[in-house]
Amino acid sequence: MSVVQLFNGLVTGSFYALVALGLSIIFGMMRVVNFAHGAFYMLGAFGAYVLLDSWQIGFWWALILAPLAIGCFGMVLERLLFRRLYALDPLYNFLLSFAVATIIQDAMRLRYGAQGKPYRVTSQLLSGVQHIGSTFYPKYRLFVIVFSILVCVVVWFLVERTRIGMVIRAATEKPDLTRALGVDVDRWITPVFGFGVALAALGGVLAAAMQQVRPSMGEDLIIVIFAVVVIGGLGSIAGSVVAGLAIGVIAAVGEAYYAQVSSTLVFIVMAIVLLIRPAGLFGSVEGA
Amino acid sequence: MDGLHATNERDLGRKGLTRRTFLGGIAASAAAAILAACGSGSATSTSAPAATATKAAGAAATTAPTTAAAATAAPTGATAAVTKPAGSAAASVVASKGPAKLSDGKLVLAVLNDQSGVYADISGKNTTKLVKQAVDDFMAKYGKDVFGGTVEVIEADHQNKPDVAGQKANEFYDRNQADVILDVPTSSCGLAVAAVAKAKKKMYINVGSATTELNGAQCNKYTFHYAYDTFMLANGTAPLVTKTLGKKWYLVYPDYAFGQDMVKSFTDAITKSGGTVVGTDPSPFPSSGDFSSYLLKVQSAKPDIVGSMHAGGDVVNFVKQYNEFKLRDQKINLAIGLLFDSDIKALGPDAFQGITYTTAWLWTLDDQSRAWADMAKKVIGVRPTFAHAGNYSAAWQYMDAIRRAGTDDPDTVVKELEGHQFNDFFARNATIRKEDHALIHDIYIAQVKPLKENSEEGDYSKILGTTPGKDAFKPDGATGCTISA
Repeated sequence: MSVVQLFNGLVTGSFYALVALGLSIIFGMMRVVNFAHGAFYMLGAFGAYVLLDSWQIGFWWALILAPLAIGCFGMVLERLLFRRLYALDPLYNFLLSFAVATIIQDAMRLRYGAQGKPYRVTSQLLSGVQHIGSTFYPKYRLFVIVFSILVCVVVWFLVERTRIGMVIRAATEKPDLTRALGVDVDRWITPVFGFGVALAALGGVLAAAMQQVRPSMGEDLIIVIFAVVVIGGLGSIAGSVVAGLAIGVIAAVGEAYYAQVSSTLVFIVMAIVLLIRPAGLFGSVEGA
Repeated sequence: MDGLHATNERDLGRKGLTRRTFLGGIAASAAAAILAACGSGSATSTSAPAATATKAAGAAATTAPTTAAAATAAPTGATAAVTKPAGSAAASVVASKGPAKLSDGKLVLAVLNDQSGVYADISGKNTTKLVKQAVDDFMAKYGKDVFGGTVEVIEADHQNKPDVAGQKANEFYDRNQADVILDVPTSSCGLAVAAVAKAKKKMYINVGSATTELNGAQCNKYTFHYAYDTFMLANGTAPLVTKTLGKKWYLVYPDYAFGQDMVKSFTDAITKSGGTVVGTDPSPFPSSGDFSSYLLKVQSAKPDIVGSMHAGGDVVNFVKQYNEFKLRDQKINLAIGLLFDSDIKALGPDAFQGITYTTAWLWTLDDQSRAWADMAKKVIGVRPTFAHAGNYSAAWQYMDAIRRAGTDDPDTVVKELEGHQFNDFFARNATIRKEDHALIHDIYIAQVKPLKENSEEGDYSKILGTTPGKDAFKPDGATGCTISA
């Protein structure tokens, strides 16, 4: 049983990793703690629902189209709203993202109701269950693990091994110095923001088949995601992935053995990590 | 904005932004407007339009968001304009005596429930609209001057937090002069409000909560428990399911007052009908929406039946994942403790097909229920759940008790309600039991039909049988309530 519970933890963890990754990239580049990230995750899930419901476009296309569309939406928001506040204290952008999150969530609540909509993966390939030991495990969830880890690896490759990634890393660590060296940092902010948003939306599409698609799904997730990002180290890509997977597994195992503590567990871990390593597992102390 | 409605961060967000930037200001005020419109709990009030009841109420309902947005600007956030009823009584009044005496010149009905969370679709803002409708219909029948004053309906969102519910109830009774608090789903919140009602000696009719504690150990003189409870759910569903689907049960329940009470009631009912409970698991409330860990544990325990003791959005997620893990193929059947039409709608009837459950009311019950549901659909746009119907009925019975008693004095109204027997579109062969203030009425065993047998959207279930009230609820003297003592 514990092996399967471990798998289960990885599924939860890969969501955390995907969504936290986007949050981390955005924070790294812009120093914006994007509270609207949960709302973009929720929009991803609704994107999948709308594609299927209105145009009979199935899961595979949704996996590409929904993040693309919501990523673009994110870029528009960045251009129109977030950009205007960069000159001010990052707190203002945090508050703006809070307003954006609330508007999006309540708009969706008005349109689709609080209890949300049904969504099912129509693909034959992913339906059914797989035998693991003495238990059965949904194939779809196995796919989620593999797919999320794949996406994380691709993102890592993009950031660590490509030229664009180099610019992003430089801009993340020393934005002023990077500018001084003649790199147009600002040009990259919008696409990076859009990319981070798309990752959240991708998480949402994956979640649509496992959870009720409802306006508050992101709201519930975002607090845990913040904890994950803090544990991993703000702005650290590897940190969010590792912390995401670890927290998922810890929460699942906690749930299986002592359910009462499962929702608190992540915050206990966060407190411990912050006590021992204030910058998070993979973070570096800024301004030192 | 009233701090009780919005979180402090939201307030902060507004202030910070409006000061500094134009765009941010727009965003924030839009947020506030949408918030108000979507029901983060701004109180609205309605006047009491008379003869043209239905139409006026429809208009009142649709204009509510605007009023709410305006109201949030006021410091209290809970007051809105109240129009006086026209001076003279209507011609066709059925009144037997003069208008009732209202203690403070007005009657205030306060709806307190979940307006944004997992239980919002079960009851939520639509309940407020229907309570307003009940007021209008009541006045259309008995004359707009039946109470000799205005009637207001106000509402708030308790966010499923008992502390918010208690605080809000205090505010309703003290600041808004509420004469009765209605609904209050989420058992922990329902109990919190009962304590306030007891301390303030004010009327409270709970419709939304299921815990038997409300009319059991934590009952009090001013609290009434309308519609349903865990005992009636368990004793309706468990014997039938144990007989037809198997004897070994595994229960998963939300870890708060409602879930804990459900497990107790179901375990008793299962044991009584010859079944056994092989395992129980508490899941966090509010939940993360993921029940897979529990479903895996259920798989390895191999019971005949897994019982979801959840409600609202949690049931929806549980069933979705039950289907995803294909537990039915592994001969583990599903039983659901509490099911509302809104849950079925959220997943589609096919996901629930064949499930039998116990309910306090269904809109397809008979012609009288259907006629009421047609009216309700005009007001709220969807087919009503039993919580919607129960609240309308409770508001009506409360007003009628005031009319009969000729006063809104809580002690007199309590006496008037105690032992009252009636039949309405919701409660059949109903008695408000004197001993514990529970509404005893006929209940129904229902089964979810396949989609192709639905005559229209919302016609999800058929009724398998009716249980008379005296057999459905805890017998007299067995509730542990000591009001009369």
